[in-house]
Amino acid sequence: MSESRDWPLYEIFIRARGGLDHKHVGSIHATDARMAMEHARDVYTRRQEGVSLWVVKSTDIIASDPADADAFFEPARDKIYRHPTFYDLPPEVKTL
Amino acid sequence: MYTQALDQIGKETLHTACADHAALEARFQQRVDADERIEPKDWMPDAYRRTLIRQISQHAHSEIVGMLPEGNWITRAPTLLRKTILMAKVQDEGGHGAYLYSAAETLGVSRDELIGQLLDGSAKYSSIFNYPTPTWADVGAIGWLVDGAAIMNQIPICRCSYGPYARAMVRICKEESFHQRQGYEIMLRLAQGTPEQRRMAQDALNRWWWPALMMFGPPDVDSSHTAQSMRWKIKRFSNDELRQKFVDFTVPQANFLDLKVPDDELAWDEQAQHYRFGAIDWSEFQQVLKGNGPCNRERLAARVCAHEEGAWVREAATAHARKQEARAYAQVS
Repeated sequence: MSESRDWPLYEIFIRARGGLDHKHVGSIHATDARMAMEHARDVYTRRQEGVSLWVVKSTDIIASDPADADAFFEPARDKIYRHPTFYDLPPEVKTL
Repeated sequence: MYTQALDQIGKETLHTACADHAALEARFQQRVDADERIEPKDWMPDAYRRTLIRQISQHAHSEIVGMLPEGNWITRAPTLLRKTILMAKVQDEGGHGAYLYSAAETLGVSRDELIGQLLDGSAKYSSIFNYPTPTWADVGAIGWLVDGAAIMNQIPICRCSYGPYARAMVRICKEESFHQRQGYEIMLRLAQGTPEQRRMAQDALNRWWWPALMMFGPPDVDSSHTAQSMRWKIKRFSNDELRQKFVDFTVPQANFLDLKVPDDELAWDEQAQHYRFGAIDWSEFQQVLKGNGPCNRERLAARVCAHEEGAWVREAATAHARKQEARAYAQVS
């Protein structure tokens, strides 16, 4: 099985319908991008699950570290004034 | 897609992590208790990781080996439509294996390693696939009973605490319903057919009923891993609960076919609102698990053969990719 040991892993993203975002659905092993694309089609869209596919080498994805999530996302925590509901306006003022 | 209370199989015991990890463990359990999902890079106890690797990989192997008993009917299916349906089903099983190997890989094992364990016989797969499929009715019975039992086992895993496994299972369960319905439809046609076809359907039910009940794993009293797996929310219902539910769902379906479930003790318990059924022969289950089922050797040999005969394709694909890469590199430099 050593011959397949080098097959890189690709992450698969599908756009389900025009107008929607591509969404991560899983991963696949392939020798190159073209094979990744064809195998992703066969494995992840057997029932017309999508109209567009992205394949990305897993090693090219840079992810945030869950262990640092609290500190990393902390700056947004106390900025409630960024939300429209923060502002208390008189009810007679319309369309705001 | 087939699980068979796979968390039952395997010798290692589940330790609680050492004292240094007590705080991390407590935090982990809190997250699980709060129904949060655990993701690949999150901290998790080693025993949780090991349990999942074993269960998901055995589940993946079962999908792959599960292609064999049905695959050998593709060329003999009675009509072109039945052939195409069966091919689609077998292709689904291969896809399910691929989803599950991917989910297992997020836990830090490689697919090659896992496939190696299947091929060298050290990994387990669902023992249901070690039974033969001598007639076309077996294809019907597999879809109806084996996939039916698998669905019963798998739906709760869609809410498993480990995110990648749960998400793979959602995709699989969506596809599984087709498998069960096409199987029941085959049984329905045979049951409404000639006396000979009816006999064939009854014979398949006779042979698959008890093995299907065994797919839920040993009785709760003998099931050593259940409590821990439930605490970790890898498992949501006990083996006996799922088995009872399967019997309650399936007996009326057999009655509709006017076929007889091969159990003289089967009876409706009005008070409990459940079917009571006879004792399961667990010695048979243990024998098949040990490798002494009717087809254990044949299945593994077929898998090894397919892997070896496909080696040149994998080698050629690798060589092609290297060549393309070298060419692209030569063009830019």
